[in-house]
Amino acid sequence: MADLTSNFIGIHSPNPFWLASAPPTDKAYNVVRAFEAGWGGVVWKTLGEDGPPLVNVNGPRYGAWHSGDRRLVGFNNIELITDRPLDLNVREITQVKKDWPDRAMIVSLMVPCNEDAWKEILHKIEDTGADGIELNFGCPHGMSERGMGAAVGQVPEYVEMVTRWCKEYSAMPVIVKLTPNISDIRQSARAAHNGGANAVSMINTINSIISVDLDTFSINPSTGGKGTHGGYCGPAVKPIALNMVAEVARDEQTRGLPISGIGGITTWRDAVDFIALGAGNVQVCTAAMTYGFKVIDDMVTGLSDFMDSKGFASVDEIVGKAVDKVTDWKYLDLNTIVKAQIDQEQCIECGRCHVVCEDTSHQAISATKDGSRHFEVIDEECVGCNLCVSVCPVEGCISLRELSVGEIDKRTGETVSGEYANWTTHANNPMRTNQ
Amino acid sequence: MDIRAARLTADEYAHNFSDMHPPLGDTAALVEADRCYFCYDAPCTEACPTGIDVAGFISMIKSGNNSGAARLILQENIIGGSCARVCPTETLCEQACVRNEQDHRPVSIGLLQRHAVDAAINAGQQFFSRAPDTGKRVAIVGAGPAGLSCAHGLARQGHQVTIIEAREKSGGLNEYGLAAYKMLDDFASREIEYIAAIGGIEIRYGQHLGDDFDTGSLLNEFDAIFLGMGLDGVNSLNLANEEVDGVMSAVDYISQIRQSGDLSELPVGRQVVVIGGGMTAIDIATQVKLLGADEVTLVYRRGPEAMVASEEEREFTQIKGVKILYNAKPVNIITVDGHVREVEFERKGETFSLPADMLFKAIGQNFDAKLDGAVELEKGRIRVDAQRKTSVAGIWAGGDCVCDGEDLTVAAAQDGKLAAKSINEYLLKSGRGE
Ligand SMILES: Cc1cc2nc3c(=O)[nH]c(=O)nc-3n(C[C@H](O)[C@H](O)[C@H](O)COP(=O)(O)OP(=O)(O)OC[C@H]3O[C@@H](n4cnc5c(N)ncnc54)[C@H](O)[C@@H]3O)c2cc1C
Ligand SMILES: Cc1cc2nc3c(=O)[nH]c(=O)nc-3n(C[C@H](O)[C@H](O)[C@H](O)COP(=O)(O)O)c2cc1C
Ligand code: SF4
Ligand code: SF4
Ligand code: SF4
Repeated sequence: MADLTSNFIGIHSPNPFWLASAPPTDKAYNVVRAFEAGWGGVVWKTLGEDGPPLVNVNGPRYGAWHSGDRRLVGFNNIELITDRPLDLNVREITQVKKDWPDRAMIVSLMVPCNEDAWKEILHKIEDTGADGIELNFGCPHGMSERGMGAAVGQVPEYVEMVTRWCKEYSAMPVIVKLTPNISDIRQSARAAHNGGANAVSMINTINSIISVDLDTFSINPSTGGKGTHGGYCGPAVKPIALNMVAEVARDEQTRGLPISGIGGITTWRDAVDFIALGAGNVQVCTAAMTYGFKVIDDMVTGLSDFMDSKGFASVDEIVGKAVDKVTDWKYLDLNTIVKAQIDQEQCIECGRCHVVCEDTSHQAISATKDGSRHFEVIDEECVGCNLCVSVCPVEGCISLRELSVGEIDKRTGETVSGEYANWTTHANNPMRTNQ
Repeated sequence: MDIRAARLTADEYAHNFSDMHPPLGDTAALVEADRCYFCYDAPCTEACPTGIDVAGFISMIKSGNNSGAARLILQENIIGGSCARVCPTETLCEQACVRNEQDHRPVSIGLLQRHAVDAAINAGQQFFSRAPDTGKRVAIVGAGPAGLSCAHGLARQGHQVTIIEAREKSGGLNEYGLAAYKMLDDFASREIEYIAAIGGIEIRYGQHLGDDFDTGSLLNEFDAIFLGMGLDGVNSLNLANEEVDGVMSAVDYISQIRQSGDLSELPVGRQVVVIGGGMTAIDIATQVKLLGADEVTLVYRRGPEAMVASEEEREFTQIKGVKILYNAKPVNIITVDGHVREVEFERKGETFSLPADMLFKAIGQNFDAKLDGAVELEKGRIRVDAQRKTSVAGIWAGGDCVCDGEDLTVAAAQDGKLAAKSINEYLLKSGRGE
């Protein structure tokens, strides 16, 4: 079995799977159950400043988007940070860390944007023995209206300032959790980096409305007939999160800044995607809230088997392996030519490839041969767009074949040269640079 | 001779005659609908005799648009509720489903169709309304699936329809013939009520074409006629002793089962022999077994490949405990005191006999109406063209009584639909009746 132990910015855990700051990490009872189930660490549910705790709505907090067979694919919530007294949380954190010394214990924080408030809470947390703190600059609802959470995360200057305070008043490693509700995630990551953050974590939830109740026309979920936008997470947000992780991982200014990957991770495969795109470890919330803590079993054994099969000795060997494979569109090789091809043995003749290519793409799949139902790619028309591959219900039935050097692309009549050429030098590009 | 009623407890009867394919719950329907790929030019639709847009209605179930789904089904097949229950889908739409190729299990089209249609019928949701009255009058002989489908099609166009039915109830074999475990809860009559709710359809009961009236008298009174009499006669074994006690027509006994308010009143033998190879043979054998017969043997004169009943149907009856013997021909009915006691068979030159308290004939029905040459026949049934026109102008026919097509509920529905279309064109053109 591969070595899954993780050292993320000096914080050790038996595996790279942490529970993200959220209801699964709201109190000792849950966290102890999580550790018993095998989770490597937790980011404790976000704490606020001392004083009367926040109150949540008493109506529904969660909304879900389901697939046809009622698998939960997207999840949204209007929950606030912890609604339990600060002292109680601090006591429990201290106790749990003492009882589970090998697990990572990170405390998520969100207090008003003034130096004293941060100074005060940092000292309290330091005393718990926690391994580090995560700054919640992401919460998109409720807290941002009080000038915290996303309201800070959306202004790079504030991110930098608060990060700097935390570094100044505490010796604990600082992870800055980024909100995806901005137009360029790199600005926030750079700000955290400039403020001295040890790492960034991303993504927090995305502003969202799940749906409208078509009988009452209130949005879902609603409390007393009204609803508000909530934070979106779960499998549906993973591609968005992956892109943000990759953007930060390959940014000149933040290259090398450790990333804790979050967003829709449900299986070990999802985790490997994040790690390959630059995440040093991963955090999970919705999968646990959908299936319970037991999902850790698949994550751990799946990752371990994957590493064994590929010969990776440690998780660090996978970190960032795919980052170099991400580039800008303008650098993609325009001389790589692919064509779809259908494996007739596997084809079940549903005809979906034909109708989508016919109606919405390049009319490159015929539907009949000698008068009977038969689906075949017309090389003269196929642009290799991957639409048919995406809609074919039989995995592996349609594949894209890359033409080899010397072959003729029947669509253009041109011979494949094998030479790399991209848009920046293309004849049709008015802003081309000369090679 | 051991023939008795009340062989089972009330619970056993209830269990044995419960739904053969229980309906899908809402969630199960969504999950099943999700299995459909929404195929291009879907092969399942091609394989449906009434051409229901299967991919279309299933996608509507998926989106929660159940009434849209029901409308799409009923628009092609107004008795889609019955068909969903009784169609041998394994040889029709579901046989063509591409999912067979992929995972050897087609989308359960029949169950999904039932899901959509039942909800609409239960809610009394009507999708079609009558066009303004045309003043044209059409007579339909026989209130079976063919007649009802034709009636609805014509009523929609604003014509006045009079169905003339020999029996006391409408529905034809939906009411009297289909297996009890396929048509529960009086569905046949609920469906007819739903169909007739469109208006413009009158049903006259207890009137028999040939005895009480003929096509000539109808042509005087009506602008067009549709014949949907089904098959009234029962083929005979051509053996001596065929008329003795204990030898019965399967369709007659099935009709008793269907009309019985209390199954425990039906007498069945301990040892029962059924002769035949079609749906009727399977249905009588299964139902008699379920009524408590000890040993039921279905004997067919040829091999399984020649049998009209599908593999699924054969498996179903075998699971219920019926034994099937192939390649055996009945040669003698042995009686004791004027009652059947044994049936002798010949197989590959050898003879053997099976003890029998009851012997059911299920070797097919035949067309037995007294038409007196009013329309031309072919192979013993009414000859029709693609529009279901007979040899006589103004007379159409469809369902089991015509020579084309399979003897299936869904085929009868399609015949009625096509005939209604053709009759409507004829009436609009002819201007008769004004
Ligand atoms: C036992 C049995 C089981 C079957 N099971 C299935 C099954 O599971 N699935 C399936 O798809 N098909 C099944 N079939 C076949 C199916 O029932 C028929 O194909 C279908 O009912 C034909 O419809 P129809 O309207 O042509 O005739 P019918 O349903 O026979 O209706 C004819 C109507 O005309 C009336 N009539 C007859 N003669 C006269 C007359 N002279 N004057 C006035 N009225 C008259 C009759 O009373 C009846 O109401 C089964 C048939 C039988 C016998
Ligand atoms: C109900 C709920 C409450 C959450 N509360 C917090 C929180 O207090 N602090 C925080 O940093 N993130 C919070 N999150 C965001 C999660 O930590 C995580 O970033 C997000 O859900 C994406 O990961 P996932 O797709 O695995 O759920 C919350 C998420 C959910 C679903
Ligand atoms: S790759 Fe695109 S263009 Fe080519 S056959 Fe498939 S859908 Fe059509
Ligand atoms: S989508 Fe796939 S299975 Fe369907 S016809 Fe095309 S190649 Fe065949
Ligand atoms: S063939 Fe099967 S998968 Fe395709 S549309 Fe019909 S039911 Fe759906």
